[in-house]
Amino acid sequence: MGARLPAAAGIDLQDVQKIYDGVKALDIALLRVEPRSTLALIGPSGCGKSTLLRLVVGLLTPERGSIRIAGTPMRPETRLELQRRMGYVIQEGGLFPHLTAAENVALVARDLGWPDARIGARIQELLELTQIPRELLDRFPAQISGGQRQRVALMRALMLDPEVLLLDEPLSSLDPMIRSDLQRDLKQVFGRLRKTVLFVTHDMAEAAFISGEIAIMNRGTILQRGSFQELVRNPATPFVTEFIRAQRLLDAPNLTPT
Amino acid sequence: MTLTPRRHLTVACILTAFCLGSTPAPALARTGVVVGSKAFPESWVLAEALARVLRSEGVPRVEHRNNLGGTEIVYQALRAGDVDAYPEYTGTIAQVILHRSVSTSLSGMRRVLSREGIGVSDPLGFNDSYALAVTKNVRERYRLESISDLARHPELKLGLTHEFLGRPDGWPGLVRHYGLSMPHVLGIQHELAYTALERGRIDVTDIYTTDAEIERLRLHVLRDDRGFFPRYDAVWLYRLDLGRREPRAVRAMHRLTGRIDEAAMIRANARVVLGHRSYGEAADSLLAETLPSGQERTPAATNTLWGGILRNTGRHLSLVLISLLLAVLAGIPLGVLAARSPWLGSAILSVTGLLQTIPSLALLAALIPLFGIGAVPALIALFLYSLLPIVRNTYVGLTTLPGPLAEAADAIGLSPRAQLLRVRLPMASPAIMAGIKTSAVINVGTATLAALIGAGGLGEPILSGIQLRQGSLILQGAVPAALLALLVQRAFDLVDRVAIPRGLRLPPSPR
Ligand SMILES: Nc1ncnc2c1ncn2[C@@H]1O[C@H](COP(=O)(O)OP(=O)(O)OP(=O)(O)O)[C@@H](O)[C@H]1O
Ligand SMILES: [Mg+2]
Repeated sequence: MGARLPAAAGIDLQDVQKIYDGVKALDIALLRVEPRSTLALIGPSGCGKSTLLRLVVGLLTPERGSIRIAGTPMRPETRLELQRRMGYVIQEGGLFPHLTAAENVALVARDLGWPDARIGARIQELLELTQIPRELLDRFPAQISGGQRQRVALMRALMLDPEVLLLDEPLSSLDPMIRSDLQRDLKQVFGRLRKTVLFVTHDMAEAAFISGEIAIMNRGTILQRGSFQELVRNPATPFVTEFIRAQRLLDAPNLTPT
Repeated sequence: MTLTPRRHLTVACILTAFCLGSTPAPALARTGVVVGSKAFPESWVLAEALARVLRSEGVPRVEHRNNLGGTEIVYQALRAGDVDAYPEYTGTIAQVILHRSVSTSLSGMRRVLSREGIGVSDPLGFNDSYALAVTKNVRERYRLESISDLARHPELKLGLTHEFLGRPDGWPGLVRHYGLSMPHVLGIQHELAYTALERGRIDVTDIYTTDAEIERLRLHVLRDDRGFFPRYDAVWLYRLDLGRREPRAVRAMHRLTGRIDEAAMIRANARVVLGHRSYGEAADSLLAETLPSGQERTPAATNTLWGGILRNTGRHLSLVLISLLLAVLAGIPLGVLAARSPWLGSAILSVTGLLQTIPSLALLAALIPLFGIGAVPALIALFLYSLLPIVRNTYVGLTTLPGPLAEAADAIGLSPRAQLLRVRLPMASPAIMAGIKTSAVINVGTATLAALIGAGGLGEPILSGIQLRQGSLILQGAVPAALLALLVQRAFDLVDRVAIPRGLRLPPSPR
């Protein structure tokens, strides 16, 4: 794959603030995700994880600060182009119910005027990568399982071969078996594609399994960033200790963070 | 009104009339005199004149109850003893009250009605009948004096009231009697006909011979040179027991007979209709005038109108579908525009909502000066009335895209155009189709109003039937209209299968 690696893009946030109705939901002094690296974002519900991702993908505009993807600032005029260099997967419901799985996957490529042959070839590649049976592609989202829907959503996100992948709790609505399968497959995909990945989860085991680097958030700020072991050994604040303890990870067997 | 050559009838009146119609109650033991009148100015003025004469004669407790709706209502009130006397027309007595079952001479009517305890006075002196009228211009241009002159000008445009078109003693009889063949005949509402005449949109209309507008518009009334129109001589109908209870009242009625001629009645009507005086004032002026009496003749009785149901239905359907198509073509883009900004959205929705509140008659009246009468203004009115459901449903469909889908649509790199065409509009299609269906069904109903301005359709028999109070005629329009509404609904259910993506028509999946 090495020869076909796309250009690498990093994500940079500087002094970013997002305010909802006068309440500060996000306040990030500095955040950099290096090209081709994976960062897992973790934190309690309402701490601002989704807000951060929505800012990066251009769904929200910050009240303050700058967001750059591959050095290009996110602005109204650069937004569409940047969005096409990023893949975005959300928890569930992101597939359009009026389109079949294949149509969902090919939607943006068609909008860009890709010829059918190119679309077909790309879909073939992605089917292998995401391990989706071909016959599934002609079904509507309502006709496939939740796990399959998330694989299709990943396929759609990867269709344009973006440099950045943004995943907002892609697995949290799935049952544990399917979820662990998908965790394994996702990790494999990230390893093969070597894209810049920002992966949001509220599950520390998942974060530690998927990503070498974890950022813990609370109340709109990033408290600490590091490997799972670093977070466990040198928690920066009592909240980090408490958050990790609450996940009961250290009692669980078979946890081998990479 | 039924066969009264008079108008203004509300649905409420009809319903009340149907309820009252069949139950004559015994006269109540009651003192005083109640004079009744129907729901139009001439009736008010005459009844008020009588009431004032009675009061001046010293009759105690004289009451004028006006606006008793149509013939059925006021006649039943008379039979029941709630009313002691009211002004009526000989033609109406013959056709509506006696159902043309007896000789319709004045003496014949008296004989039959006396069995019901009802008396008929001598004629008051004027004839409020049908006639055809033209403007001064048209009269001069075509040199029209009498009705037979019409035969020489088949190019003339006639706008005739639905009642007139449907009555045997109206247009069908007139055509036969004069051997006319006029290709340009449109059905039109009475009041709108005057506007259309004034603006030159029609050349000839039917009028009532005591209409105030005859003078105002300086209309020329075509002479009935072959004596077709029956007479509608105004008379008093009164309870015979009044002679015993209050002889002065009967004497007063007789004193008012033979004294009011057409000119006096027209002036009195004009005072109310055009001069905006009270009918009391008009009655006072009328009482101050005297003129010789008219004579009596019986109305012609011919077959009822059988409208071509198929023709009306076809016409109706094309009005509905054309206006609907226009509304779809304009409504969806307007809904899209409305969904783009809150400011534009509220502006568009307010305006289309406002259109809905304009009374149909007012809208049609406003359209006549611009577009004349016939199919064009009808289509425009229907188009305007169909907009709201389509615009609103498009707007709602577009703006209520579920959160995650709206987010995905906006985040995956789709151009705004593709977001609209490939995601938002298809996702909104069930709502849009529901709006179109609503418009279509409402349109089938509203299109009956098209008949008011000569656009034809199923409103033609309905309007005639309402004014003539002929249930069968109403059904000729109402039944096909109801079937059409069902049919249109079914047809659009089939269109759904094409217009709504299959993925949105799947049964919900268990999550
Ligand atoms: N549109 C909005 N308007 C107002 N407040 C909002 C809005 N969206 C999010 N918030 C608030 O901003 C804060 C951060 O929300 P966000 O969705 O980013 O949290 P999260 O970390 O993704 O939580 P979860 O794990 O539950 O998904 C929350 O307090 C939330 O209530
Ligand atoms: Mg979230």
